[in-house]
Amino acid sequence: MAAAHPLDPLARRHRKLLLKLLAAIVLAFGFGFALVPLYDAFCALTGLNGKTRGPEFIAGGLKERGDGAAARAPSRIDTSRTITVEFVGTVMPGLPWEMQPVNARMDLHPGELHQASYRVHNLSDKTIVGQAIPSVSPGEAALHFQKLDCFCFAQQMLAPGETKELPLTFIVQPEVASDVRTITLAYSFFNVAPNAAAAAR
Amino acid sequence: MYTATATDTHGHDHEHAPTGIMRWIASTNHKDIGTLYLWFSLFMFFFAGTLAMMIRAELFQPGLQLFQPGFFNQLTTMHGLIMIFGAIMPALVGFANWQIPLMIGASDMAFPRMNNWSFWLLPAAGLLLISTFFVPGGSIGGGWTMYPPLFIQGGIGYDMAILSVHLMGISSIMGAINIITTVLNMRAPGMTLMKMPLFVWTWFITAFLLIAVMPVLACAITMLLTDRNFGTHFFDAAGGGDAVMYQHLFWFFGHPEVYIMILPAFGIISTIIPTFSRKPLFGYVSMVYAVASIAFLSFIVWAHHMFTTGMPVAGQLFFMYTTMLIAVPTGVKVFNWISTLWRGAITFETPMLFALAFVILFAIGGFSGLVLALVPVDIQLQDTYYVVAHFHYVLFSGSAMAIMGGVYYWLPKWTGHMYDERLGKIHFWLTAIAFNITFFPMHFLGLAGMPRRIPDYALQFADFNMIASIGGFLLGASQLLFLYTVVKCVRGGAPAPARPWDGADTLEWTLPSPAPYHSFVTPPLVK
Repeated sequence: MAAAHPLDPLARRHRKLLLKLLAAIVLAFGFGFALVPLYDAFCALTGLNGKTRGPEFIAGGLKERGDGAAARAPSRIDTSRTITVEFVGTVMPGLPWEMQPVNARMDLHPGELHQASYRVHNLSDKTIVGQAIPSVSPGEAALHFQKLDCFCFAQQMLAPGETKELPLTFIVQPEVASDVRTITLAYSFFNVAPNAAAAAR
Repeated sequence: MYTATATDTHGHDHEHAPTGIMRWIASTNHKDIGTLYLWFSLFMFFFAGTLAMMIRAELFQPGLQLFQPGFFNQLTTMHGLIMIFGAIMPALVGFANWQIPLMIGASDMAFPRMNNWSFWLLPAAGLLLISTFFVPGGSIGGGWTMYPPLFIQGGIGYDMAILSVHLMGISSIMGAINIITTVLNMRAPGMTLMKMPLFVWTWFITAFLLIAVMPVLACAITMLLTDRNFGTHFFDAAGGGDAVMYQHLFWFFGHPEVYIMILPAFGIISTIIPTFSRKPLFGYVSMVYAVASIAFLSFIVWAHHMFTTGMPVAGQLFFMYTTMLIAVPTGVKVFNWISTLWRGAITFETPMLFALAFVILFAIGGFSGLVLALVPVDIQLQDTYYVVAHFHYVLFSGSAMAIMGGVYYWLPKWTGHMYDERLGKIHFWLTAIAFNITFFPMHFLGLAGMPRRIPDYALQFADFNMIASIGGFLLGASQLLFLYTVVKCVRGGAPAPARPWDGADTLEWTLPSPAPYHSFVTPPLVK
């Protein structure tokens, strides 16, 4: 634009620096998005976000991992420790259901196979399909909390006014860190119908 | 003298400045744009301050008197967002625009047109944000941190607020580009980096923080936007997302952000204290390194905002220790300010009063920050009024009072008039006293367990809340005096000499007051 401008060398230096700074900004923006897969990988490795390893909660039942984690048998039953497992359930907005654990807590030894269940009731006059999403805290226990079967592996359908008991079978592996004395298993039930939550608000 | 405007040989086309409203809309002059930033920030300060008055009115007594809880949440959310993005950040950018070219002997900012654009994005963003009060569903009530799932669930106001924060982020990034380029390329001959006034240094480092973290905030809220409107599941657990991930992204931005708001304030204080102590700043080099260390540490402490989200002990310890480490460079700064005062010929003009109050009150905020850094304590105090007390001590008596002190300090240079010293001092004392009446009791409320962002509270909190509300109303009313004093100074007053403060030795004081429209067109020589 101003080829003969007396400040040209300065303008050139400005432009050079501007390009570098713009590159830094693009990099920072990309870094923000790169954090998403990084976070997922980090959590899969550490269980930090409370997601359990092994069979994943996909519709249609168990999905075995490549490392055979789903079939992993407990190495032993550690009768020297007792761990309390607490059960919590939340129904998310847009799902007119009630949910509560049949037993709120359970004391067990690591390595034992146990069953627990939730009572779920459809308050509405419609048939509704829901999906439960689990979360285990503390996060470092999540990797050792193994569900062999769970209602959260599949979508659940409830007829109008229907009440169901939904079971899960699990083992707390004896490898769980020694300072873990209480594990909380929390489920959030979501309405599967798209935009159900949006319609409810 | 360096008033070479008349001999400008470059023949810039803006030599004949347009007049009237177009002067402001089309201005590429760093002083005009600085002024616009400062007025915009003052307006937003009063708007968000009014919201704070409404909050304190509702909290005057237990029970729901004035507002429904949903609207109360909108008040706290908008108060926070507007004060941070609309008041404090633009005010500091306004200072940067006015002062950086003057202090390094540059004729203007490096990219004057981009400077104009980065300012004029702000009124658009501000209007978009404020207008959320008038859309169906009301304004945003999910907290200034914009956490999902609340921020995924709200109405159209949430989309507008997200776009508004996008705009303000773009504006900040452009401002940062301008500042870095100006500082690196346009310093007067002889002005080496280590001769720059500390205010320029603090802004230089702040600009890098902005460039590093504003894009990350843009990412996080873009994900919110796509989760809301385009069916993605970044933060939606039903779709395999994770709401806690938002908190990590947000605080990766958010913690550097709090230093973005305080480092330039450190710069202002480091300018005022030597002036009125009539001594050079003690430990200049260590000050520069302290600012740089604080900036670096700000990137590795973010999860101390999230101790209650569940974190392995190793993580808690890491973030606790790195957080406490920040006390070291901050302590260096406080030590240097006090050493600058030591055996100085101190006088107590209004800017100095604000600076001294800053050192004391900011230190209190720093100490409560250390308390909050302790994991076991933080888990007790998370989301209580203790946190509210802490961040108002660092943001109001920190950033905002430094800004006020800076305004009084440079008003003579900006307007050519001396401000009314008596009114300035009254404003200072009212502000300092009312501030403490408002926020000191909040420490006790928080320790006793009063949660923040709740319009109603248990009876045992009533007395302290009433005290805080009375202090709050006084604090709000005192700022009207600030407005009056500033307007009075702009409109007239005793003519200011070129260097009204004896101890001031930076370049801007070599210019006449008010600073001429074009200054340092021929760069001064710094020895």
